[in-house]
Amino acid sequence: MERYGIPLEGFLVISTAMFFIGIYGFLVRKNLITMLMSIELILNSVNINFVAFNSYLFPENMQGNFFALIVVAIAAAEASVAIALIINIYRRFSNIEVENIDEMKY
Amino acid sequence: MNLDQFLIMRHELLLIGVVLLVLIAELFIKSDKKHHVIPIALILFLLYTIVGFLPAKTGVLFGGMYQTSELVILFKNILNVAVFIILLQSASWLRKDINHERISEFYIILLSSLIGMNFMISAGDFLMFYLGLETATIPLTALAAFDKYKNKSAEAGIKFILSSALSSGILLFGLSILYGTTGSIYFTEVAEKLVASPLLVLGFIFFVSGMSFKISLVPFHFWTADVYEGAPVNVTSFLSVVSKGAAAFIFMVILFTVFKSLSNMWGDVLYLLSILTMTIGNLFAMRQKNMKRFLAFSSIAQAGFILLGIMGASELGMTSVVYFVLVYVFSNLAAFGVVSVISDKTGLESMDDYNGMYRTNPKLSLIMMLALFSLAGIPPVAGFFGKFFLFTSAASKGYYWLVLIAVLNATVSLYYYLLVVKAMFINKNDAPIAKFKSTFTDRLALIICVAGIFAIGFASPIYELIRKLSFGL
Repeated sequence: MERYGIPLEGFLVISTAMFFIGIYGFLVRKNLITMLMSIELILNSVNINFVAFNSYLFPENMQGNFFALIVVAIAAAEASVAIALIINIYRRFSNIEVENIDEMKY
Repeated sequence: MNLDQFLIMRHELLLIGVVLLVLIAELFIKSDKKHHVIPIALILFLLYTIVGFLPAKTGVLFGGMYQTSELVILFKNILNVAVFIILLQSASWLRKDINHERISEFYIILLSSLIGMNFMISAGDFLMFYLGLETATIPLTALAAFDKYKNKSAEAGIKFILSSALSSGILLFGLSILYGTTGSIYFTEVAEKLVASPLLVLGFIFFVSGMSFKISLVPFHFWTADVYEGAPVNVTSFLSVVSKGAAAFIFMVILFTVFKSLSNMWGDVLYLLSILTMTIGNLFAMRQKNMKRFLAFSSIAQAGFILLGIMGASELGMTSVVYFVLVYVFSNLAAFGVVSVISDKTGLESMDDYNGMYRTNPKLSLIMMLALFSLAGIPPVAGFFGKFFLFTSAASKGYYWLVLIAVLNATVSLYYYLLVVKAMFINKNDAPIAKFKSTFTDRLALIICVAGIFAIGFASPIYELIRKLSFGL
């Protein structure tokens, strides 16, 4: 089934790519803000998944769309707390690079 | 929907009421008398805990998004008791000058997190489950960074929020795939339409990885020790007991109800995870010198034992998990209570500082010994029965090798628990921790814990009650 001239697979490829770019960014980047951005990428890939599945496969109910809405709201809450904590880190360590935040180690 | 039906979510509504009342109290109390919030919050929470034990209606709300059963209510009551003990333990820490302005913040954030957990464990669909999980986690990350003048606490906060956000992202990706393959987010409907296709297995693996982060099973445990060490002691005990217990419970319920038809598959996954978790948790616990870090690794190892009960996948398995969590609440909180009292009075958290403590503080040493024996599973105390039922549940499914490995691990864990006992009772120390008097709230909390450790071990009605309410596959 095709809608808008794009097959469902197209959406899934995009969302999976976004998900793994997010994971990669989270593991590789050393800046806390960039790590937070990577997480946002992951959450948005989930949203694409939900909305695409909903409108292509199960158009009779709206569960996927609502799930995506809630995920957006929670992502905002998470980002605000995370940024507050990053500001706290900046006050204590006067930078936000991961390498310098190493008081506790194995 | 009429008012009567709303009483089904009595726990959550009352808890929201408690949070609002603390907020109002904060508004009306003058800034130099903020410590009056402590008794107000304690009394309100005590009332809420007592009301929670009254017989309640069970049922389904919001078209199946929210559901309670008697087992869920019982589990909420267990969490309430645990949080009450933690609030008692945190009272003397909150009375310190440095926390004076932020007393009610602590209560509001902690109880908001408990609201999230209550919604999470009575979720009926994945949306409510995710919402509850995040409502429980996001406030906790702020609490981990509560000591905002300590570098370690700030570090714990940022590590916690980043790893928990990543883990819930992974969990969500799994949920989106589950939705794509089954077309529903309700537990019952997903369970009906579940067919083991490769895509669904992928989603399931993502889901298990996300949950393993929350319960801190071994390949996903790296945040645990750092967050536990950096966070204030009382927040650490909340994390290790309440947060972990609630996540383990809902994980078990979802595996039993939603992924019922995949039970062979998740049996294999959990087999591997539990061996890794028990062994690596134990091996790392041996070399820890900081008490909080030590208890963090010991709680990782305990999570491995919980998996044994889940793998039993039967009524007995569910009973043993709930029972074990109940025992774990009292024994772990007793250990954290002693660590918290000592850290409050002296600021010392290293195991070497405990050397020779028996001569100066015999009662605290005895309570610590009892708690550690219960965690290790030595017969007369409750911890033994908790572990025993978990092992029985796994053995009844024929996982004999796993049970053997678990028993060996329990023996290994005895070694490091006894290291602390040895430090307190045998090791010589010229300047042991000075003798001090603990406050009334600290004592009350420790007395409740000790009573719990003994009572649960000896009173079979508790076990029978849980058994009656549990269900299997």
